[in-house]
Amino acid sequence: MAILIDANTKVICQGITGSFGALHTRGCYHYGTKMVGGVTPGKGGTKDENNLPIFNTVAAAVRDTGADATMIFVPPPFTADAILEAMDAGIKTIIAVTEGVPVQDMVKVRAVLDENNAGKSVKDRTVLVGPNCPGVITPGPKTGSGESAKDPYTKSGCKIGIMPGYINTHRSESKLAKNVGIVSRSGTLTYEAVWQTSNLGLGQSTCVGIGGDPVRGFGFIDCLERFQADPDTDAILMIGEIGGTDEEAAADYITKHVTKPVASFIAGRTAPPGKRMGHAGAIISGGQGGADTKIAALKKANITVAETPADMGGAMARAMNLA
Amino acid sequence: MKVHEYQARQILADAGVAVPSAEVITDAGAAASAYKKVVTEAGLGEGGLAVVKAQVHAGGRGKAGFVKLVKSAKEAEDAARFMLSNRMVSVQTGAEGIAVQKLLIAAGVDIAKEYYLAITTDRATRRNILIASSEGGVEIEEVAHKNPDAILKEPIHPLLGLQGHQARRLAFDLGFKGKQVNQAAKTMMALAKVYEEKDCSLAEINPLIVTKPTKEHPDGQVLAIDAKFNFDDNALFRHKDVQSLFDPSEENANELRAKEYELSYIQLSGEIGCLVNGAGLAMATMDIIKHEGGEPANFLDVGGGASEEAVTEGFRIILSDKSVKGVLVNIFGGIMRCDVIAQAVVNAAREVGFKVPLVVRLEGTNVEAGRKILEGAKSEMPTMQSATDLGDAARKVVAAVG
Repeated sequence: MAILIDANTKVICQGITGSFGALHTRGCYHYGTKMVGGVTPGKGGTKDENNLPIFNTVAAAVRDTGADATMIFVPPPFTADAILEAMDAGIKTIIAVTEGVPVQDMVKVRAVLDENNAGKSVKDRTVLVGPNCPGVITPGPKTGSGESAKDPYTKSGCKIGIMPGYINTHRSESKLAKNVGIVSRSGTLTYEAVWQTSNLGLGQSTCVGIGGDPVRGFGFIDCLERFQADPDTDAILMIGEIGGTDEEAAADYITKHVTKPVASFIAGRTAPPGKRMGHAGAIISGGQGGADTKIAALKKANITVAETPADMGGAMARAMNLA
Repeated sequence: MKVHEYQARQILADAGVAVPSAEVITDAGAAASAYKKVVTEAGLGEGGLAVVKAQVHAGGRGKAGFVKLVKSAKEAEDAARFMLSNRMVSVQTGAEGIAVQKLLIAAGVDIAKEYYLAITTDRATRRNILIASSEGGVEIEEVAHKNPDAILKEPIHPLLGLQGHQARRLAFDLGFKGKQVNQAAKTMMALAKVYEEKDCSLAEINPLIVTKPTKEHPDGQVLAIDAKFNFDDNALFRHKDVQSLFDPSEENANELRAKEYELSYIQLSGEIGCLVNGAGLAMATMDIIKHEGGEPANFLDVGGGASEEAVTEGFRIILSDKSVKGVLVNIFGGIMRCDVIAQAVVNAAREVGFKVPLVVRLEGTNVEAGRKILEGAKSEMPTMQSATDLGDAARKVVAAVG
């Protein structure tokens, strides 16, 4: 068990013939992900460098491969359309890696997604992760070199996105035989958290990079809800950053619904107000969304807050009474 | 992307919002005729009230003396000369201040009441939201803090846009009377249209005013006096007209240089330069430098796909900042490969030279190859130390800077 994706997830890549799409299709395939094809309009009927079939439309790809997840790498002007196409074709797990999608496009996509999901149970909802995110990984135990799809890194894991796979640890390989679920707004900071928890002897059930954009799909609460229900997740590490009020809302949700140990880190404590630090999401304005208010809300919810980014693993261990 | 007030006014005027007559000048010699033109157009005549406003993105213009009321061509020229020949220093500009290149001269209006009107995208509800208050003109954030009931918020449907009935209801709720109601509602509809069509992230009119009643306008007139627009950088590709409003003189030269290489750089005031991949990790690196007692000199996210050349340029930018006394490189390679970063460090060392202490922490994709490259060039980089983890890296660079 894990959340969102596992070894049975069949994945296509939208934008498989672009340079990033091709690179990361290969990366996921070699990790052990069940890559079943890709979509590039106009190149249907051909094969990619990994001998995966390419389709003109997502609908055709789903029909012929049975894909139930997609990894989107199409350029930002076309990302909203790619997400809607995937939804239309019935794909339930949509992971949009593309960075630089216009916010107004996402406002519309999100409205369509919310309408589609209204009244549905957790398992029936369509999940959109991203855009502007590193993706999702459910690690498996290392079984190979990871240098080709014939000799994948793992036979029972799944990686959809751009994160390095080898830093993750499967529970069976972890010294402490305990699993952390990780959810984060930042890509590389997620890798840092994975690395630190792995080094401390912890495994990861699933790591979800929800992305740094102001309007996105999956959020902290969606993730917390699933980690809480997942028997393979023992504790949760939540990495936030300045801007917006999602961390405050998550703290409130944790108080009410999460019984597993939670640790957190908020990036951007020292960012000067009003400066835009790369992520469109990381803007402090109007006294809301600053690191201090977020940290106060987290502490009030009895969440162990890491003082520095070097202490994320340590904070998780403390929350789990392991240190 | 931000634009100037005069550009925002033009966008509003094009969308059908009433604004007072105004002229833009770049030369004090043009102030007198501009003054005469705007007061004549407004029917005020010689001796009528006008306002001269410096066109800069930074706030605090009024307190700095860069917004002046004038009542004659002579006063207009004096104000213009002062603003164009002195640097404006306000809380937002720093002590060195900024040069002013353009001025807006607008006809004065007889204000009966001031309102606030804005649209932004609300992350929590993931919708655009119209924000309005009958307490405009003053610091709106203070109003929001002290009297939240005075701020009205109206969510805009993501697919339908702002509807007429919403705008009318808001206009009535804000206390507009008689013919003002339709004028105010029309202004809101126009603002919402511009916001969505041009991919804004903020569209603000402050103040929106009602003039005192006159013979021609017994109910007064609804006018936009000052406006501010921010545009979503990610959507500029589909708005050539907005791109053309970009004013590079408002930007930090190093930040512009970084942008050309698709690096995200923000200059800060500390002494430790940072080069990091990923915005979150870059912010976290700044946090840990500060935690260890240092001050970051910049935020620099080289992103995932940066070339060796772009990363080398990043080092050039960092080292061109004279206040930098040490450099911290923190890379957790995902898409970014550690060997690319290592090679860029070596290039920068050969080309610019690291006279200041350099601490490098590498982890992730191709880390072994990266470490080998650094090891091989060690003799060329006597000030370099490698760090085992993020905490170690921050402690080492802070200690080295002293």
